[in-house]
Amino acid sequence: MTKTTDFEVLGKKDTRSGFGEGLLEIGRKNKDVVALCADLTGSLKMGDFKAEFPDRFFQVGIAEANMMGMAAGMTVGGKIPFTGTFANFSTSRVYDQIRQSIAYSKKNVKICASHAGLTLGEDGATHQVLEDIGMMKMLPNMTVIVPCDFNQTKQATMAIADLEGPVYLRFGRPAVPIFVKPDADFQIGKADVLIEGSDVTIIACGHLVWKAIEAAQELSLSGISAEVINMHTIKPLDAEAILKSVGKTGCVVTAEEHMLNGGLGDSVAQVLGQNLPSPQEYVGVNDTFGESGTPAELMTKYGIDTVNVVEAAKNVLSRK
Amino acid sequence: MENQQLIDIATQVRRDIVRMVAAVSSGHPGGSLGCADFLTLLYFEVMKNDASNFKMDGINEDVFYLSNGHISPVLYSVLARSGHFPVAELATFRKLSSRLQGHPATDKKIPGVRMASGSLGQGLSCGIGTAVVKKMNGDDSLVYTLHGDGELQEGQIWEAAIYAAANNVDNLIATIDYNGRQIDGDLEDVLSLGNLSQKWQAFGWEVLEMNGHDMDDMRNTIAKAKSFVGKEKPIVIIMTTEMGQGVNYMMGTHKWHGAAPNDEQLANALGQLKETLGDY
Repeated sequence: MTKTTDFEVLGKKDTRSGFGEGLLEIGRKNKDVVALCADLTGSLKMGDFKAEFPDRFFQVGIAEANMMGMAAGMTVGGKIPFTGTFANFSTSRVYDQIRQSIAYSKKNVKICASHAGLTLGEDGATHQVLEDIGMMKMLPNMTVIVPCDFNQTKQATMAIADLEGPVYLRFGRPAVPIFVKPDADFQIGKADVLIEGSDVTIIACGHLVWKAIEAAQELSLSGISAEVINMHTIKPLDAEAILKSVGKTGCVVTAEEHMLNGGLGDSVAQVLGQNLPSPQEYVGVNDTFGESGTPAELMTKYGIDTVNVVEAAKNVLSRK
Repeated sequence: MENQQLIDIATQVRRDIVRMVAAVSSGHPGGSLGCADFLTLLYFEVMKNDASNFKMDGINEDVFYLSNGHISPVLYSVLARSGHFPVAELATFRKLSSRLQGHPATDKKIPGVRMASGSLGQGLSCGIGTAVVKKMNGDDSLVYTLHGDGELQEGQIWEAAIYAAANNVDNLIATIDYNGRQIDGDLEDVLSLGNLSQKWQAFGWEVLEMNGHDMDDMRNTIAKAKSFVGKEKPIVIIMTTEMGQGVNYMMGTHKWHGAAPNDEQLANALGQLKETLGDY
């Protein structure tokens, strides 16, 4: 029987702060790293980088399209630009700029996006982007990473500096449990099997990874052995990890703070559909915009909480 | 370089342009013909760049971005004629698997192209990014960008204009191809830009004007623009041109913005453009 207590919770922090710390640390190690921000330095936790490297920090104002174009241009000359703004303004607002100047042109730009999903909270649906993973994973050349906690976001921020090519890094606003070890080895494109199980596979990303761990504990009380995989890299997807796990369990639940259309669940279904058709249940937002509320209230209302993962797991087991 | 030499090159570039678009019955000859003189001068006299050894990073050489990517025929011809790649490759323009895509792209690694363009309004931001990095690198070479006048209707241009002025990006020379025409008609009818010179001045740019078909005027104006480098203001040149310049029936109208000549029209055009360097 697996318990969440098997995971040492190292505290609670927002993933965006992991980005801020990671950016500062990689900035110290790699002098080619530069950062651009569209008037959200505090929200993105980029203040420390700005203070230590004022000459490598570019405040572009509320002009995200220009920021993306500038970032693309800065790679010509050898820099590694990290752009920072909310996820909505990092993607849907500037999709064409990213598509042409960054993805198609294959520029070494790191698009770092905070306040993704419903857990942005009270600001409401205008800011709660739930389509960004889909938009970004559809772009050729783009790597898409959704880390699960503070430590992993920090590790991912540092890792992407060494990956040549465009990257979308998605993180969030609320404080969430930290359970990835600070010295863990983060490998882009390599899923982490957090809990081994035999009855059902739960594949999650971002804030839903902790919910999946909680769900696994609850399921174990009912005698259900759930395997939990942290799929922090949506693209390139670790198909091998999916097939290995679902080959063993025979069914899968995917869980994400994103639209069902176009998200992690779709990517997993594609792998399974082609290689190992298996019952799948989805935890995510079903074709609707969000609204104002606390992060916890919103996760409950829109069905992306622990209880929803548990329910999905039971449903999918009944379809085996 | 002697003016006549430049004019001869530009005339051959114009032949290349009409032959390229006619061969595939698609492409944008009008603006391409209008910018042939400017790009010839830029690549054969003004810019410091190594055509035979193209490097994506552009360090210690002048970098050019074609923001109005639809006039790719003129860029490809000038790049080929200046030694970036074999002139014979111009025959592949817009054909399957060609490095010469309908709009410039980097994915097939055509020497001379550092950024995809075609979706308008993005090149000024890219140019500013590169210009800023040149300063960081202590690289005193320059960044040149070219934009259509209709392209200035895109909002991103003005985001970039604000940034460059506020941050003293004074190692970039943007040029506007001010031909007054766009696909749907005259720019004044489609969406007037008002007083373009005053607009750029109000945005904090050093504004120069030149005739895009007069080599001496362009040479002098670009020299003047370069004299403003390092003076803490971004520089824009409003270049008056004639869409379709060099082919009489393509001038005085917007109709050849994005239409290719048929065989008969091609023969007519070639009859007006002397073969100076040898056709590809």
